[in-house]
Amino acid sequence: MIEIFKIIIVALILIGAFLSLVAAFGVIRLPDVYTRNHAASKAATLGVLAVLLGTFLYFYMKEGQVNSRVILGIVFIFVTSPVAGHLISRAAYNSGVKLWDKSVQDDLKLKEATQAKKGK
Amino acid sequence: MILIAVKIAILCMSIAILGLIYRLIKGPSMPDRVVALDAIGINLVAIVALVSIFLDTNAFLEVILLLGILSFIGTVAFSKYLEKGVALERDRDL
Repeated sequence: MIEIFKIIIVALILIGAFLSLVAAFGVIRLPDVYTRNHAASKAATLGVLAVLLGTFLYFYMKEGQVNSRVILGIVFIFVTSPVAGHLISRAAYNSGVKLWDKSVQDDLKLKEATQAKKGK
Repeated sequence: MILIAVKIAILCMSIAILGLIYRLIKGPSMPDRVVALDAIGINLVAIVALVSIFLDTNAFLEVILLLGILSFIGTVAFSKYLEKGVALERDRDL
């Protein structure tokens, strides 16, 4: 039983670290703000959630009681990190940061154009 | 076995934070830097969790929740500042 717990903990921690590393490489290499935000707000969140789940299982194995602070941290990060990504992305669009020059479609600009035409 | 995995994971997280610091210094626009700072805050949470496994103590588990809350509030304040020019708006009838 203990060995199975250890294998699960090691797998969760290594998967989480690998996902955070992949998110950092995405933030370095992708071309504009929106794609970088896409990498940072999804892959980094999942990596940190895996690491925190491994930590929770480690202390559950060691002490035999559920540690509620780690569970609160997991739920809080899972709820707030996509919201923060959405807010940054909307602030970037409204403050006039350009999309990548090879991107082919801008749905928000299209929608605002049709709404302005309908309002007139 | 767990200690070796924790050492490897702390190394990976440190490399990830170095890459994000590169984006924080070089990033061409202001939202790039805010994205990098948000991801650094999230990665610091994971490093605190890994260090508390490595030191085998549960005294640092409040820091996880605290860093998550502070990172979220800082990101929201920065994005409101970038979008509207103020972080806290004034009341209308003052």
